[in-house]
Amino acid sequence: MSDAAPLSAVQMAAAVRAGERTAADLVDESLARIGRRDGEVHAFLHVAADEARAAAAEVDVMAAAGRDPGPLAGVPVALKDNLCTRGLPTTCASKILQGWRPPYDATVVERLRAAGAVVVGKTNLDEFAMGSSTENSGFGPTRHPRDPSRVPGGSSGGSAAAVAAGYVPVGLGSDTGGSVRQPAALCGTVGVKPTYGVVSRYGLVAFASSLDQIGPITTCVADAAVVLEVIGGHDPRDSTSLAGPPPRITEALGRGVDGLRVGVCRELVDGTAPDVAARVAEAAEALASSGASVEEVSVPEMRYGLSAYYLIAPAEASSNLARYDGARYGLRVDAEDVAGMNTATRTAGFGAEVKRRIMLGTYALSAGYYDAYYGKAQRVRTLLIDAFARAYARVDVLVGATAPTTAFPLGDRVDDPMAMYMSDVCTIPSNLAGHPAISVPFGEGDDGMPVGVQVLAPALHEERMFQVAAVVERAAHQRSGSPQGGRS
Amino acid sequence: MTDPAPLGRADVAHVAALARLSLTDDELERFTGQLARVIEHARDVAALDVGDVLPTSHALPIRNVLRPDEPGPCLERDVVLAQAPETEDGRFKVPRIVGDAP
Repeated sequence: MSDAAPLSAVQMAAAVRAGERTAADLVDESLARIGRRDGEVHAFLHVAADEARAAAAEVDVMAAAGRDPGPLAGVPVALKDNLCTRGLPTTCASKILQGWRPPYDATVVERLRAAGAVVVGKTNLDEFAMGSSTENSGFGPTRHPRDPSRVPGGSSGGSAAAVAAGYVPVGLGSDTGGSVRQPAALCGTVGVKPTYGVVSRYGLVAFASSLDQIGPITTCVADAAVVLEVIGGHDPRDSTSLAGPPPRITEALGRGVDGLRVGVCRELVDGTAPDVAARVAEAAEALASSGASVEEVSVPEMRYGLSAYYLIAPAEASSNLARYDGARYGLRVDAEDVAGMNTATRTAGFGAEVKRRIMLGTYALSAGYYDAYYGKAQRVRTLLIDAFARAYARVDVLVGATAPTTAFPLGDRVDDPMAMYMSDVCTIPSNLAGHPAISVPFGEGDDGMPVGVQVLAPALHEERMFQVAAVVERAAHQRSGSPQGGRS
Repeated sequence: MTDPAPLGRADVAHVAALARLSLTDDELERFTGQLARVIEHARDVAALDVGDVLPTSHALPIRNVLRPDEPGPCLERDVVLAQAPETEDGRFKVPRIVGDAP
């Protein structure tokens, strides 16, 4: 692409607030980039050009009237299509929700709009966020912006690709087992899974409710911090939303890591590809030379994370997805009686991976297997939380890989669910524990594709996590000799 | 505790029926193989002796939350019904629920 690197969200908002740029121009430029390239990349399922232009005009009117349009003034944002948007389609990339237009906005969407951000469209995902490559979309896969023969990761692959392609500086995704961080890593963007309960799930279509959390995908750590401050904080409409003020993160970004204790987590390095492991080691060295004390830490219980997750998440999904019955919204396939209608609708509306997860979850919860599978997995979750606590008695943060490999070729893992599930092995532990984690781009693999380094922190320690992430980002830029990092 | 039996075709057919999914023979065959591999992987968890560990259903100590019992605005009925596949007299309409009398 010949365009100059697009501005960051912070730079855009500053320019709009200062009257140097208009939201209308920023949104038009974003729509033009999407128009030029998204036929190939297919990051978007729906581009809301008219609505975006109207919203941008409102921001410009506010700015012209001398009122502050907010910390994300005029910033074009892309929303994963499992976030409800009033009047705009919300499909979860599923044929069962094709044509549905939610009657309300998700809390995160309301908060983005109130902060001056402009929604330009809804992005592709693995159906109901179940997958690690965005190939499970009911409407065709998203391609990696840097190499269209490869996947962008998933399930928030559309949002990650939209940011990596330079369409928008900010995308939102949802992260149940790594669905923000893994595509962020594969696409060379920043991706954050906040502490469970920091961001309201109101209006996020539920996958696995005890694990789901919404998070930002951005080109830089500072933008992620601003977006998280905007979307975070208590919401009375989500009963699992934590009380208390929104997280304060941006102040921590320049603090450095002098005196912090960093643990390189063996389980998040062993088993990853050698080039990925090498980048993690370089990031750890950079943290050490910035004043952190770095040691190797082992959290052996992480080895059970994958198995526990692929029992717990499908179990919750099998319950959550029971609501798609053809009665009240979405697809209906008619039949003689209501049970037949339910079966015909669900059989026609769900794709193969969603069916697999529903059946797996139903099995794990069924009589005779509940104790052996679901019950055990819940106990393993306790073991993992206790193991994290022991690690965090020794170190302040953990670092490791975000994904075991760089972006893989389209079609490589679609027929082998277990191989696909392995893509989440490094990200799942944070979801099971409810902890925050961030993926920061750090160089490339031997194939020239981006690598993400993950920083994990204890619950509600986003500030410390971002403090470390900012240093990792700076080291990555120094390494590549570019002030902004590479962009496709 | 004895290991649970491996997952077979009958199990998949059973859970598909419970979940109101209809599978072709080919799908039943393919899903059985794929799900059996996942369950096989999960045997590392199923084999653990964790009887004295309390289960975690939720990572953070969150209690049930009730809002004050004060009326507030909610979605308009017609707005909600506008998304329904079929309605009648302000209600969702579905096919027959109860079968014919014997």
